[in-house]
Amino acid sequence: MASQSRPFRLLHNLNAKIAALPMVLTTMVVFVGGTIWTVFYSFTDSKLLPRERFVGFDQYERLWSNSRWAVSIENLAFYGVMSLVFTVVMGFILAVLMDQKIRYEDTFRTIMLYPFALSFIVTGLVWQWILNPDFGLQGIVRGWGWESFSFDPLHSPETVLYGLLIAGLWQGTGFVMCLMLAGLRGIDEDIWKAARVDGIPTWKTYLVVVVPMMRPVFITTLVIVAAGIIKLYDLVVAMTSGGPGGNASQVPAMYVYDYMFQAQNLGQGFAASTMMLLSVLIVLIPWAYLEFGGKKHG
Amino acid sequence: MKLTRLTAVLCASVAMPAMATELEVTHWWTSGGEAAAVAELAKAFDASGDKWVDGAIAGGGGTARPIMISRITGGDPMGATQFNHGQQALELVEAGLMLDLTDVAEANNWKEIVFPPSLLDACTVDGKIYCAPVNIHSPEWLWLSNKVYEDIGIPVPTTWTEFVATADQVRAAGKVPLALGDQPWQSNLAFGALTIGVGGLDLWKKVNIDKDMAVAAGPEMAGVFQAAADARALAVGSNVQDWNQATNLVITDQAAGQIMGDWAQGEFQVAQEVAGTDYTCLPGMGMNEYISTGGDAFYFPKNDDPEIEAAQKRLAAQLVSPEVQVAFNLKKGSLPIRGDVDLAAANDCMKKGLEILAGGNIVPTGDILWSPDTVKQAEDLMVEFWKSDMAPADAQAKWVEILSAN
Repeated sequence: MASQSRPFRLLHNLNAKIAALPMVLTTMVVFVGGTIWTVFYSFTDSKLLPRERFVGFDQYERLWSNSRWAVSIENLAFYGVMSLVFTVVMGFILAVLMDQKIRYEDTFRTIMLYPFALSFIVTGLVWQWILNPDFGLQGIVRGWGWESFSFDPLHSPETVLYGLLIAGLWQGTGFVMCLMLAGLRGIDEDIWKAARVDGIPTWKTYLVVVVPMMRPVFITTLVIVAAGIIKLYDLVVAMTSGGPGGNASQVPAMYVYDYMFQAQNLGQGFAASTMMLLSVLIVLIPWAYLEFGGKKHG
Repeated sequence: MKLTRLTAVLCASVAMPAMATELEVTHWWTSGGEAAAVAELAKAFDASGDKWVDGAIAGGGGTARPIMISRITGGDPMGATQFNHGQQALELVEAGLMLDLTDVAEANNWKEIVFPPSLLDACTVDGKIYCAPVNIHSPEWLWLSNKVYEDIGIPVPTTWTEFVATADQVRAAGKVPLALGDQPWQSNLAFGALTIGVGGLDLWKKVNIDKDMAVAAGPEMAGVFQAAADARALAVGSNVQDWNQATNLVITDQAAGQIMGDWAQGEFQVAQEVAGTDYTCLPGMGMNEYISTGGDAFYFPKNDDPEIEAAQKRLAAQLVSPEVQVAFNLKKGSLPIRGDVDLAAANDCMKKGLEILAGGNIVPTGDILWSPDTVKQAEDLMVEFWKSDMAPADAQAKWVEILSAN
């Protein structure tokens, strides 16, 4: 019986399966295939062109003893945590404000979402000019007569990451706001009415009732924002090229690019990109386990 | 300058008959002086009946080379492309992706005329020649603004030691003593120049040619690292990114000096400054009159179309020809790759370079001696060292580690 029903199930909804086939193939070949290829060659001493001469974990040892890589990881961790916390918190607050049935909501939403339509390169260049001490904000304020005003985050190794953060938040918060707003709109009106009847203050309703109900939205947001953080590259290239001080704002993706192409050392670049993949997996696997593993029983 | 080049290309595309073979040439010559020089190459090639399609890639070699390499390995080869002499294109040659120019070289007698011969050696792999050298560049120059020193009322330094000694006075006058951009290779270049200038030629040769790691870790090199640590204090306050922005600080007299290759010359020329009166150049940092000779060469990726191949060979022959050599190098501020051309129009600085070249006081550059991987790691280390307060001894230890891993 089982063997009879099997081909039937495979053919079930055949049109949809055929339609999905190209995407499945693309995913398998481009993403999974590319990933396996990269990991495979990260164990070789490939230079400009890939070659199969295995060196074990040498590339990884070299990677982890490299100070530039270590700084990149630190920078990314700092930027990542700050950016994650601020985009989500600010995005949520903006969404809540937007949800107060205000006038011209469409206009505000458009304004908030516009930065997201710009590429990171454009965002980076614009903010590089705004933060430039001679032409930007500092220059303008000094021009008004406040001669001692100083705001130059991009040229000091201590503050450069905050400079990047300003641009990153400007670009990303609007998008998070829209996701959150969609989530808020998905909350049933009756819940609000029930909370009002029980006399729960609005802020408490948001925190205790609405936020837990928006869990799927938060998870989507986290995954999208986190993926964007790990691959952070173009914003840094446009704003600082990894400087000042050579590596004060280096990020792992820049290391990968520089070593794959400038240093003509594919093996080293692959090892670094494999580490980036691994760091994504370390975040994703426990989450996926909790999220999907638990649901089967519950 | 960009506009001029664009117009030149546009005019050429209108004027040329359809039968001319088009060759796309990629390079990273985009600063004012460089663009003027490359326009000479294009002019000569167009005049000979073919068509030069300019493929300038902005952002310097570090940005341009990955694009060039991925186009060649990705099966979209250009007609010709710039690389520095040496190991940058070595693997592409070994993989059989580059056109063998041996017949052009023999027909034009390159073995006899290319001087110094090490340039042609850098183009040779397994006895075959794969690139056409176009110029000689030497990185070990100190460029000084005369006006800065006149304003203070002291004579323009003639050596690096004098330069360091007067740095405090320059600083007191509100100027930056040493202009240094943020790009990693600039820090590495400055360090290399200090090695020859302060450490001397023997030391340089032992480390870079004999690859003697005991010397690299030794006390003489420690002295060079100390000199670099002193120099980095002089560079505080030059917040620029690109090398030509740093050169511009010297041209506009905001900075007293810059350690930069002789390509800086082109920038002074575009700004209409005169060598000797507006600015001073000190080859070998004024300490040891030695220069290392690397430079640019054109490689020709293999192509299926025999017509394109023929045009590639025509261009290769032309790049080495005396007329093109003179026209190009005068604009570029670099030295010609043949000793038999007349550079009467050369200015003071180029003449200094020519003399050193004729005197044979030359060594090969790092690009020829070290793999791109090693060069990149050294650059990463040097920019960290120059732009932070890393202890000289720590930097030296890391440096030796990088070189010995090669």
